[in-house]
Amino acid sequence: MKKTIPQIFKEGILTNNPTFVQLLGMCPTLATTTSVTNALGMGVAVIAVLSFSNLFISLLRKIIPKQVRIASYIVIISGFVTAVELLIKAYFPAINKALGLFIPLIVVNCIILARAEAFASKNPPLASFCDGIATGIGFTLALVAIAFVRELLGSGGLFAGADGTGGVRILGDWYSPASIFLMPSGAFLTLGFLIAAVQKIRTSSEERERRRKLELDAIDGGYHEVLMRDPDTGKIVRRPHAEPVPAAPAPAEAETEKTEEEAKGGE
Amino acid sequence: MGNILMIMFAAILTQNFIFSRFYGCCPFLGVSDRPSTALGMGMAVTFVMTLASAATWAVYRFLLAPFGLEYLKTIAFILVIATLVQFIEMFLRRYVPVLYSALGIYLPLITTNCAVLGAALVNIEEGYSFVESVVFGFSAAIGFTMAICVFAGVRERLNFADPPKAFRGFPLLLISAGLAAMAFSGFSGMKF
Repeated sequence: MKKTIPQIFKEGILTNNPTFVQLLGMCPTLATTTSVTNALGMGVAVIAVLSFSNLFISLLRKIIPKQVRIASYIVIISGFVTAVELLIKAYFPAINKALGLFIPLIVVNCIILARAEAFASKNPPLASFCDGIATGIGFTLALVAIAFVRELLGSGGLFAGADGTGGVRILGDWYSPASIFLMPSGAFLTLGFLIAAVQKIRTSSEERERRRKLELDAIDGGYHEVLMRDPDTGKIVRRPHAEPVPAAPAPAEAETEKTEEEAKGGE
Repeated sequence: MGNILMIMFAAILTQNFIFSRFYGCCPFLGVSDRPSTALGMGMAVTFVMTLASAATWAVYRFLLAPFGLEYLKTIAFILVIATLVQFIEMFLRRYVPVLYSALGIYLPLITTNCAVLGAALVNIEEGYSFVESVVFGFSAAIGFTMAICVFAGVRERLNFADPPKAFRGFPLLLISAGLAAMAFSGFSGMKF
């Protein structure tokens, strides 16, 4: 099943966000979100590495032997990481100092290896490149969201430079900055609450969808029609919303019961 | 001697790899569901990290630095670590099957554990000598093992908790890790 470019972007940024949905790459997420500037720096570095490593892995996907693919991916990724590291060192020394070892550690970031294995090794170069950019943007937005909360509550201002000076004071003098948010424990706490919020939104939208479907099913027993775009012709057509429920889901149930019994017997 | 002790103390407590430097958070959150698996992972990491610190130090000192290839250290180190993990796996399987059956399943995961590469890079960054590097790798891994085992104990209790639906799973883990990190930051003295 081929995905279109807009679909790739929607998945990478929203529905399959690497940080909030896939829960990958936690180390840089926790470590580099002390300020929005650092988070942006880290995000851009990851976008660059991810898109180019995806592109090259996709170009080489038919040449790399299956047995040594992970090692090959790591070599390709570390090549781009070294290039990005040298560029940042040369042009943004303050960012380099603030992010420290987390730039070379992009090599072992699970997001990049996961995209190489799950997407770039199976898809053509252009789609893989777009997937790299989309996932990178999703990662960057997540980092910036976390850094926004941490910096605002931890220092009362935003957009301090990478060297920790400057920035705009947002909250008034009444707010005494809670520096716990800039400390490691603040990183864990902020990320925990943000992921909880995302889970809440996801479950409630799923719940809404389910209720709507149940209401419609109650009206016409699952045979109602909806307007949808025909995938072949692109025209708007009326289609039944749900297939009629198959009469015999019994074998599956019987099987699960059996395995449960077996499990009990095993204990 | 005092220097070595300082490095050990800092690596285990004040600069704990997980709670203060954030190296190795993926295995920390991933395989800390039971104390026994946590201990297995911790031991495997200790084993690999001590050897990797020695190997990467030697590679940097005798191979990269003399030829002015310092900028290649990321690539070189990740390859050294991957090879080392492979060799350790083969060696253990052949000669120490008891240890292999205990650590075997964790070894492939360690290649992409950022704690190992992180320790190797910190050694170079800080300009540690050979002995200091090995001590740092070993004690940082001990700090990692301690953190992951303590947290596995916490997680066993969390299984019986009844949090709000949105907090179930990962968020609750992160929040408990945050509280644990707060305790660890007590070692360095909180700055307000």
